[in-house]
Amino acid sequence: MSEHIVPVRVYLMIFLALMVGTALTIWAGLQDFPGPLNVVIALTIAVIKATLVVLYFMHVRYSSRLIWVIFASALFWMGILFALTFSDYWTRGWFQVH
Amino acid sequence: MGHEHPAEHGHAALQHHFENMEQQREASTLGMWVFLVTEIMFFGGMFLAYTLYRSKYPEAFASASNHLDLKLGAINTVVLILSSFTMAMAVYSTQIGKRRNQIISLALTLLLGATFLGIKAVEYHQKYEDHLIPGRVVPSRPFDASGVHLLPGANPHNVEMFYWIYFAMTGMHAVHMIIGIGIISIILFWAIRGKYGPEYHNPVEVSGLYWHFVDIVWIFLFPLLYLLGRHLEH
Amino acid sequence: MKAMETFEAPKPARINYLNATYGLKSWLLTKDHKRIALLYLGSISFFFFIGGLYAMFIRLELLTPQGDLLQSTTYNKVFTQHGIIMVFFFLIPSIPATLGNFLVPMMIGAKDLAFPRINLLSWYIYLLGGLVTIYALLAGGIDTGWTFYTPFSTTFSNSYVIAAGLGIFINGFSSILTGLNFIVTIHTMRAPGMTWFRMPLFIWAHYATSLVMILGTPVIAITILLLAFERLAHVGIFDPAAGGDPVLFQHLFWFYSHPAVYIMVLPGMGVVSELIANFSRKNIFGYSFVAFSSLAIAVFGFLVWGHHLFVASQSVYAGMIFSFLSFAVAIPSAIKVFNWTATLYKASISYDTPMLYALGFIGLFTIGGMTGLFLASLAVDVHLSDTYFIVAHFHYIMVGGTLLAYLGGLHYWWPKITGRMYPEGWARFSALIVFVGFNLTFLPQFVLGYMGMPRRYHVYPPEFQVLHVLSTAGASILGFGLLIPLVYLIWSMRYGKIASANPWNLPGLEWQTSSPPPTENFELTPIVTWEAYEFAPPEETEVVGKFRDQPVEEV
Repeated sequence: MSEHIVPVRVYLMIFLALMVGTALTIWAGLQDFPGPLNVVIALTIAVIKATLVVLYFMHVRYSSRLIWVIFASALFWMGILFALTFSDYWTRGWFQVH
Repeated sequence: MGHEHPAEHGHAALQHHFENMEQQREASTLGMWVFLVTEIMFFGGMFLAYTLYRSKYPEAFASASNHLDLKLGAINTVVLILSSFTMAMAVYSTQIGKRRNQIISLALTLLLGATFLGIKAVEYHQKYEDHLIPGRVVPSRPFDASGVHLLPGANPHNVEMFYWIYFAMTGMHAVHMIIGIGIISIILFWAIRGKYGPEYHNPVEVSGLYWHFVDIVWIFLFPLLYLLGRHLEH
Repeated sequence: MKAMETFEAPKPARINYLNATYGLKSWLLTKDHKRIALLYLGSISFFFFIGGLYAMFIRLELLTPQGDLLQSTTYNKVFTQHGIIMVFFFLIPSIPATLGNFLVPMMIGAKDLAFPRINLLSWYIYLLGGLVTIYALLAGGIDTGWTFYTPFSTTFSNSYVIAAGLGIFINGFSSILTGLNFIVTIHTMRAPGMTWFRMPLFIWAHYATSLVMILGTPVIAITILLLAFERLAHVGIFDPAAGGDPVLFQHLFWFYSHPAVYIMVLPGMGVVSELIANFSRKNIFGYSFVAFSSLAIAVFGFLVWGHHLFVASQSVYAGMIFSFLSFAVAIPSAIKVFNWTATLYKASISYDTPMLYALGFIGLFTIGGMTGLFLASLAVDVHLSDTYFIVAHFHYIMVGGTLLAYLGGLHYWWPKITGRMYPEGWARFSALIVFVGFNLTFLPQFVLGYMGMPRRYHVYPPEFQVLHVLSTAGASILGFGLLIPLVYLIWSMRYGKIASANPWNLPGLEWQTSSPPPTENFELTPIVTWEAYEFAPPEETEVVGKFRDQPVEEV
């Protein structure tokens, strides 16, 4: 495993990016975008912020592939929970009893 | 058959069942990551409930969300992200052997974490005052959505659902913050006693992983809980 | 195949992990994975006994069609508590916490697990969860079924739901910590030369099990908490009055509880792989297929939970997806059964007690698995759901499968764990009794279910009585058969024949150290240069006598 020391300026830049992301989220939340765009934008920004924290603050960018696989697996498993549960809820109305 | 490992037995922090410090560090880091997987799945169940009911009752959820204090939520977001930065700086300072900065960074992280919880307590108290604690958790103040401005199509029962989920998710998050504060307090205690430095800093790193995770949960909670329906107000 | 030549026969250790230190504190504060395994062995046996008592009451009540022994509310509590104790406090921890804890480090050549103190903590957490649950039982019990379905559990049940839920919640952390420990240990502490594909299949099985523990247990943890909050608040996410859906509970509950059955059976399959290979003196046919099938079961096991919701108002389209996936999950299990059977072909089989249990597992697990396919079929499940067919199906797998594997493994590794041999004659006799008793108990239940007998009912039409009487008779025989090992295993700890380091004469790493092992497992870290299950050909065993010991004598 690498003993990589991340330089301070990287941490500083990530922190500033996270602040910008937060401000952006709030601004975007106050604008009325068409359709589901509000949700999409909010989640996109959140995912980007989370990714920055994971890669740099949590050092995944400098870690072994095993760590990356572990983290990705957790997200994938949450995805399974969501996808198959919604396969029920979103198709319930499809079956009409006559 | 078999061989001895001559070096690396001398480090004070090496536990007897590990061959060397490298193996111990690898195991410790891996252990924290595996634990974080369990935390992701733990919160995942609540995110599922949130997603399901938000999609079913968008107007009620938007109405309820608008009644949350956006200013306090935003301040808390900044506070927590700042605490993640100070935590990362604590790890950095330990890695390069700057003990004073290490201690200051850890202390700042603790202070910011406590600030977050303090602001959360103010928010919760506001909900208590406004009769927005769900059900009969507070028997003398049953839930009452009459103070919430309802958007067209919003059902007050579903507003209660939002607040139930709000308390469950931010409450669980707060519990994890408290645990995190406990962990960092212990790290700070040993840091003051000079236990961590460039040759042994894994406990600081691993505590940081936990703390960053708690930050990430909030990064998602903030927009999902506080910013749902703000665009409908204008 | 000359890998064994360089070994020297380990001398029987005067000092081993059992006598290295004395006193209660040395056991209660131990960090030795082997001692922790024994601590678990004791507590798990205790809970098995309690669960067995509840089973006895169920079978006694069902002797007659009337509800004459127990009132309905009491009967509800009895089957609920039987389920909770057996599933959470016996089956889920059984093999991993006892045999897994003892053997995982040894089989990979490590001195201990990665986190010995967390290992000890997991036992204390198990005890705490058990204590809270016992409080719930004694304070008045719980009557919701081990499945805690809403809205009965959140709104209408007047029993100790929160207390029992809390006990299970706490116990979940024990499971999570055990899984975490195994994963990290297997990744980071394998001895030099012990590559992934040289590991025994027991390790692969426990690795896969640990993945399930890590990914699944947190979901039931949050589900129980949400259930408790809802019960306290009188409103919640499962409550239709607030717009909630009771079936959401079932989704969240079964997301864990279906993979949980793989937590229960995968370690058993790992044991069976060891038993089949070692008692046929032959490498497992298709080793890598069996290894990957453990991982496949762990992954696929997470994709099928909706088959518990077929008749719960789940969308029929989701039902079709889950039905298809439920068929798919049978494939890796079938691969194991085929490969075990192929291993037996033209092998040098010895019918010692562990092998008898392994063979029993293969047959009974196959029956349980195949009846699962009936249940995976949407249309058939509509008729069989909530009948005794389901009860028989899961008991074939959990008792006919997991329990048999557990007993087989316990006997197989008994000389390693205790330094003593069990009496082979008595052991074979009780294995036979268990097998007969088990089948007499549960085979009639398939017929009962098919004929329409609902589960969780204690009053039934008189035409079902004959089969119920057969089932109860079988249960008595099964109970008797299970008491015998309790007696002779305890007896053997004091009076059993002293076992050598390698009484079965096998190549596994755990057999290359003394029986019982020293606290640090191996005096020197092994360097592994051989494959798993590398048996020397017969003509060489005469010559390579360095590490062999006398074979086990018949009792």
